[in-house]
Amino acid sequence: MTGRDLLPIAAFALIAACVPLFVTSNVVLNFLVFTLIIALAAQGWNLLGGYGGQYSFGHAAFFGTGAYLTAILQVRFGMNAYPAFAAGIALAALVGLAIGFMAFRSGLRGSYFALVTLAFAEVFRVLANASEVTGGAAGILIRLRADPLNFQFAERGTFLWVAAALVTLALVATLALERSRLGAQLVAVRENEAAAQALGVDVLAVKLRAIVLSAGMTGAAGGLYAQYFLYLDAQIAYGTWISVEALLAPIVGGAGTVFGPVLGAVILHGLAEATKTIAGRIPGIDLVVFGIVLILVVRFPPRDIPGLLKRWRR
Amino acid sequence: MTGTGADPAFLAVRGITKRFGGLIAVNDATLDVAEGSITGLIGPNGAGKTTLFAVVAGFETPTSGLVMLEGEDITGRRPHHLARMGLARTFQIVQPFAGLSVRENIAVGAFLRESRRAAALAVAEEVAARVGLTDQLDKPAAALTVAGRKRLEVARALATRPKLLLLDEVLAGLNPSEVRDIVPVVRAIRDSGVTVLMIEHVMQAVMNLCERVHVLAQGRIICSGTPAEVVAAPQVIEAYLGHGAAARLQGGAHA
Amino acid sequence: MGFPPEIILEAVLNGLLTGAVYGLVALGLTLVYGVLHIINFAHGALLTAAMYAAYVARASFGVDPYVAALPLAALFFGVGYLVQRLVIGPASRGKDENILLVTLGLSIIIENLMLAVFRSDTRSIDVPYAMEVIEFGPALLSYPRVIGFGATILVGIALFVLMRFTATGKAIRAVAKERTGAALVGIDVAHIYAVTFGIGTACLAISAALLLPSFYVSPRVGNAFVLVAFTIVVLGGMGSVVGALVGGLVIGVVESLSGLYLGESLGQIGIFLIFILVLLVRPTGLFGARA
Repeated sequence: MTGRDLLPIAAFALIAACVPLFVTSNVVLNFLVFTLIIALAAQGWNLLGGYGGQYSFGHAAFFGTGAYLTAILQVRFGMNAYPAFAAGIALAALVGLAIGFMAFRSGLRGSYFALVTLAFAEVFRVLANASEVTGGAAGILIRLRADPLNFQFAERGTFLWVAAALVTLALVATLALERSRLGAQLVAVRENEAAAQALGVDVLAVKLRAIVLSAGMTGAAGGLYAQYFLYLDAQIAYGTWISVEALLAPIVGGAGTVFGPVLGAVILHGLAEATKTIAGRIPGIDLVVFGIVLILVVRFPPRDIPGLLKRWRR
Repeated sequence: MTGTGADPAFLAVRGITKRFGGLIAVNDATLDVAEGSITGLIGPNGAGKTTLFAVVAGFETPTSGLVMLEGEDITGRRPHHLARMGLARTFQIVQPFAGLSVRENIAVGAFLRESRRAAALAVAEEVAARVGLTDQLDKPAAALTVAGRKRLEVARALATRPKLLLLDEVLAGLNPSEVRDIVPVVRAIRDSGVTVLMIEHVMQAVMNLCERVHVLAQGRIICSGTPAEVVAAPQVIEAYLGHGAAARLQGGAHA
Repeated sequence: MGFPPEIILEAVLNGLLTGAVYGLVALGLTLVYGVLHIINFAHGALLTAAMYAAYVARASFGVDPYVAALPLAALFFGVGYLVQRLVIGPASRGKDENILLVTLGLSIIIENLMLAVFRSDTRSIDVPYAMEVIEFGPALLSYPRVIGFGATILVGIALFVLMRFTATGKAIRAVAKERTGAALVGIDVAHIYAVTFGIGTACLAISAALLLPSFYVSPRVGNAFVLVAFTIVVLGGMGSVVGALVGGLVIGVVESLSGLYLGESLGQIGIFLIFILVLLVRPTGLFGARA
């Protein structure tokens, strides 16, 4: 990585850091923090799905695990928020390793991998909904104690800084991966598994490393969510909504690129807000827009758009 | 033929049989490849050449038999493991990483021995020069011509720094002038110390390049020898041209 | 385990009856997979839409769901045909991941349109026979479920006849086996794909009409069925019609028994675990040959 490669990331960090200085509206700050949390979860998906070509439909399993452990360790065991957050990331990564080991060892790919990850996330959701330690259907509440020592902040602007810092870290990590041996091998696996094997790539090991990093990053987004909203239930933590968000943002913004997930999250949630403003607060209408955007992006891949325009002009 | 055990051959294939259900693709095949040689594996279509390659390179587990590299039993080892041991292969149906540039394609191979990106990219450039791809380094692999893709297959395999290179029909589908261009590339690879085993249909190149040739027909090795010996052997002519052809041609080689 | 045998027998029988309708839901999914080789993630959402259609037929027009079943099947055949022809086909461009994403996008759109129109309330219809039971030896069987079981068998027979004896059925089987060859002999593959998708969706409409009297409908109700349907399809073997029906019965019984022993909320776990296990151990399913 050279300084020039890091420049766009530094620009992102700078812009994000300046936002709280000019924006004071809580609604806007809320929107931005939420979008950044989604971007972080999506960046996690991007490592495995975008670079590795393994499309997970169940990243909620990692998001929820990170979120729940962060909350449970504080609420039930009185642990400080920071080690709880770290433990949440670690457990999410471990869950990723376990799911990845089972799925990849069995040679599951494509639709089958998507299905099995979806099923795992659903198992977690049902379990979390029925278990006592997670607060069951009533959910779990982290006590409000706004203090930086508790990973809670009186000002939303401060939390925006924290979220932006974590996203920046994720961007740097993604760039580092892209430039590393693991990154090159991961992309090779995505493009052609047999050829990668012939060139000495241990496909299983590469996929496992990718899912561990991916799950950890999405787990971090879950922990951040818990610290910001201070409330979780099974539908929030393990619901399909977050699996879909994590996948949608990179697909829309550019899977397998450093900035794709951030770009996608901003586009999607910008569109969602715009739709709500125009159409009013009709439930689900923002997601209808997401669905339409997803189909359009698949039908007309953005990288083809210059070509399409050229053809159209002729 | 030498026995098993302490085998002097660099690559020794001993009694390999591979069945797919009721079909016997390779039947008790035994062959040697001497260190530093270019050895050919020829045979009619469907003879089992590619299956035998897949077994040697670890992509298929043989039903029975042994594969030994430098005296070590490597039967059934995974392909990535074999690549680390210095055995590289190309694919008959080229398998480029279509979304990547030529440089990045070759670098994937180079990353086997290099952990740093800069070093891997440097190896990629160096290897590209050896196979004549320097001008194409920044092209997407999908944009290469057939000949270019064949070169890319060779380059990627070379970038893993193999001791033994298995080439599966790298000349197939090329026009005569392209064949003429690649022949010296293969020879230069051998001269740099890499042992080469090649499946090939282009007999002119086989005659030109190979010191020794094994002929596979209907899953069996039916003949081994120098190119001149092999093309004159009646059982080889019959395998290609049908029963009785040898007598009609009276030993005249024709390919 | 302290349940008297009659209770267990009743659970098994009711499981079989419900399982038949699950099998019908899965039938549409497996048919689409067998011919188009795609996993249709919008299957559950289309079922939800069909259930709302049956609901509206009853609530607004007073049409009994059993009467509405056939007209709905025709309507949803058209919906399925157009969705495949106009959306999935063009957008997928033959790539597996694209199909995955497009059908996911469709399911998001349909599900949330239902949410926008009907809000998140759980709705059910009021039919006089909803609570009626039929005595079967010592067991009491729910009347709507018995109807559902019978209707599923009828649909199964109708599909068999369609596939075996009609020109369209032969064309579908030809496309399923060898797409390129079928195209070469003049079969319009895009049309056959859309017809197959339409038949799969029509199966859903009938399932919806059969489910509604004993079930509720909400915008996310399809989710409850879609994983069950995937489980059945994976268990029975992707693309296997017999596998879907048998798998449906098996899953119906598993769900019924695990509901009995584990309680309603954990009951679903049994199904998911079977699903994961089958995927990991034998992704070709019990009746499938293709990997």
